[in-house]
Amino acid sequence: MTRRNGFLLLGLLVALLLAGVVSGFASSSPDGLEKVAEDKGFSRTAEDSALADSPVADYAVDGVQNERLSTGLAGVLGVTVTFAFGLGLFALVRRKGPATPADRDDADAPTTS
Amino acid sequence: MHIPDGFLDAPVSVATGAVAVAGLAYCVKRAQGELDDKLAPMAGLTAAFVFAVQMLNFPVALGTSGHLLGGALAAVLVGPAAGAMCLAVVLLVQALFADGGLTALGANITLMGLLTAFAGYAVFRALLKVLPRRDGSVVLSAGIAAGISVPLSAAGFVLLFALGGNADLPIAGVLAAMVGVHVLIGIGEGLITAFTVGAVLKTRPDLVHGARHLLRDRQLVITTTPTATPEVAR
Repeated sequence: MTRRNGFLLLGLLVALLLAGVVSGFASSSPDGLEKVAEDKGFSRTAEDSALADSPVADYAVDGVQNERLSTGLAGVLGVTVTFAFGLGLFALVRRKGPATPADRDDADAPTTS
Repeated sequence: MHIPDGFLDAPVSVATGAVAVAGLAYCVKRAQGELDDKLAPMAGLTAAFVFAVQMLNFPVALGTSGHLLGGALAAVLVGPAAGAMCLAVVLLVQALFADGGLTALGANITLMGLLTAFAGYAVFRALLKVLPRRDGSVVLSAGIAAGISVPLSAAGFVLLFALGGNADLPIAGVLAAMVGVHVLIGIGEGLITAFTVGAVLKTRPDLVHGARHLLRDRQLVITTTPTATPEVAR
């Protein structure tokens, strides 16, 4: 395994652990904007998103009773989708053209500009 | 800080949608020149990491929580253009989880993506100019820039709310409340950002966009480990 792919896998693993496990222990208090909206009285203007009935709405997977497990599953799903989407998108927009020696993984040396 | 549907009226939603589209088009163009084969997968990882950490709400005051926005963090790691795109990807996926409204997506991308990435990066660069040229300065600058980006983003929301909020309220009060609580959330943002940038800098300094100026100072050392991979001297 190349060092770059090793770092990518390690990073992905950390993200999956955070979203899949640690997320179950996050604070469930309203966030800054929600709290201000409640205090100032404009939270009533909020409307449900058109996707409020999505099977993963509010980071809870339909049919999974255990709250932490449900949030964790939604987190793992979200991280996976975001990673795949991001990889694809950035592979499309990255610099095109022939790879220079510095682009090779075995040439991590500070030879680039 | 995800804005739900209904907080902002149609004209502001359409206008911020246009700002988001134009801003992201600029980002795609600019990222094309910045991302090479090595950094492109890092940008995907950055998006996934920001998604994960945004789920981790931490308590900031009685009955209030906050979470990382991540725009400044992403900008330091992969550059402001790709960083803002990372946040757009995160916000788009979050909309599938009904986190943040659909008509508010433009406003959310503008405030939590474009604004935090570019303003955060500008503060980061300004701080780097006056601090000593070393790793610690990158970590400190990233943390401070990220911390400032949060109340800035909150103030941005109040501006949109003043222009087209669906409730007629004294703006000064909303501004004070929003900035006040987001200064506290910004402290958490700064700490998480500094910690993350520090960790990546320790493992793979060559993968931190905001530390490229330090990479040029480093010397190439050929180590004699069995894999014989060239190591970047620390």
